Amino acid sequence: MLYICAGSVLAITLTMVVAMTQSSWLSIKEFGLGFLVGQVWDPVKGEFGALPFIWGTIASSVLALIIAVPLSVAVAIFLVEQAPRSLARPLGFLVELLAAIPSVVYGLWAIFVLAPLLRIYVQPFLQSLFGWLPLFQGTATGIGLLTGGVVLAIMITPIITAVTRDVLEAVPVTQREASLALGATRWETTKIVLSNASSGIAGAVILGLGRAIGETMAVTMVIGNRPQISASLFDPAYSIASVIANEFTEATGDLYISALTEMGLILFIVTFVVTGLAKLLIMSVANRNLPQN
Amino acid sequence: MTVTTAACAFGVVAVLLVILGFITYQGISSVSWEFLVDTPKPVGEGGGIGNAIVGSLILLGLASAVGIPVGVAVGTYLAELGGNWFGKTVRFVADTMIGVPSIVFGVFIYGLIVVRQGYFSTLAGSAALALIMIPIVARTTEEMIKLVPNTMREGALALGAPQWRVTVDIVLPAAMAGIATGAMLAVARVLGETAPLLFTAFGSRFYNIYLDEPMASLTVQIYHYAISPFEEWHAKAWAATLVLITLILGINILVRFVTRRRF
Repeated sequence: MLYICAGSVLAITLTMVVAMTQSSWLSIKEFGLGFLVGQVWDPVKGEFGALPFIWGTIASSVLALIIAVPLSVAVAIFLVEQAPRSLARPLGFLVELLAAIPSVVYGLWAIFVLAPLLRIYVQPFLQSLFGWLPLFQGTATGIGLLTGGVVLAIMITPIITAVTRDVLEAVPVTQREASLALGATRWETTKIVLSNASSGIAGAVILGLGRAIGETMAVTMVIGNRPQISASLFDPAYSIASVIANEFTEATGDLYISALTEMGLILFIVTFVVTGLAKLLIMSVANRNLPQN
Repeated sequence: MTVTTAACAFGVVAVLLVILGFITYQGISSVSWEFLVDTPKPVGEGGGIGNAIVGSLILLGLASAVGIPVGVAVGTYLAELGGNWFGKTVRFVADTMIGVPSIVFGVFIYGLIVVRQGYFSTLAGSAALALIMIPIVARTTEEMIKLVPNTMREGALALGAPQWRVTVDIVLPAAMAGIATGAMLAVARVLGETAPLLFTAFGSRFYNIYLDEPMASLTVQIYHYAISPFEEWHAKAWAATLVLITLILGINILVRFVTRRRF
């Protein structure tokens, strides 16, 4: 009985791959690998290329990591290495609560609070400082890659923080004691702990990346939803998950549906591989630091 | 250095408080009894989220009815018998499935159920949510069962109980509180899901109890209110969000307090 149930997890995963490949077969056959590098997305003419969406997904996720990783690691260091226990527990819980807020709520907040904030204060400021960079040219509308990246950063911070905290806690106390006994300062000791946990932290970052890649609602609501590849962070873009969310119910024609399903399949495979890799890295730290009796 | 890291930690918490504060501030004025029981109406005529609340509960109930038992069974297997290569594979795949975006489950169910039936339905929506729940419930169940001391298993085995009776009569009841809280967290998680429902349960403007018809849900309703161009609907989006967030954070905080007393 239990065996069958456990097997169902594997069966579901396999069925998902097979069924989604089957539904997207029309598009796979029609476009082949060209689907991944095609730049035109024109449902009317039946031309489907995923490159603008792949670009939007990668750009917004990388942007989110640039903001979230230093922040999350700093928070985790504070919670594990510096804060007194009575403070670390409630703070840690509040950070985890951020992860409980649904994506659509982040989207709502981003449309009406974050986007105007970025448009009025942050974007003109960036433009006045770095306006000569192509990254910060164009009209500041508040809706675009930058806003998508910032809201993603807020959403993946709790997961990166939580996992980093766990790996830091897995580093044996004896290492800290040894380092302090040799005369190292608290900060030098923290650096040693960080280097011991580095592959686990890498796992946490990749896990965050996986979340960012697949995040749908919040991104859809603020990224601008225009399939284009632009160097500017202020311009609207589009992500793989957003195009599925937006166009799936309106898609007419088998090829259109098929192309969107192929996007879903790509998303599935990429996030599966990324998350799997992250898990392996995190496990390697946990195993290395198992208490030795 | 401590100053910087502390600033980061308090900054992140501040973001949480700002978001929650803003939702309360924007939403509280539109929440009324009519809002909680009415169906959505055209702009200017009021309307509410009554059918969406009922829809969310039905979707969640169906999803839980499948997702929780299967998840608990998988978790029990992993904890009690999962030391072999099969168990390790299932654990790894379940862990990884937790990281797969929820919209992918929607696409899968769309191809599997919606296309074959030819219409959006409650059943399809719940199926997508159930698939999301299974790995989450499985992993929390496993963690909880592992907390049951081995001496209890040994005691029961020594008294001559077969393995399955040890699991069913001794281990599961001992871990029940933990398993229940894990299940509650999974429920809170899928209560906030929007993406997998967009093209499975689809949404509806009416009260509905039929499982083969489109079904409204709180999250999809918030989405529709939020992306509309009308001020009045934006206010409704905030109010509906306040209701949703109260439910979700309520469950999370409750679970936190219950588990802290126990472990």
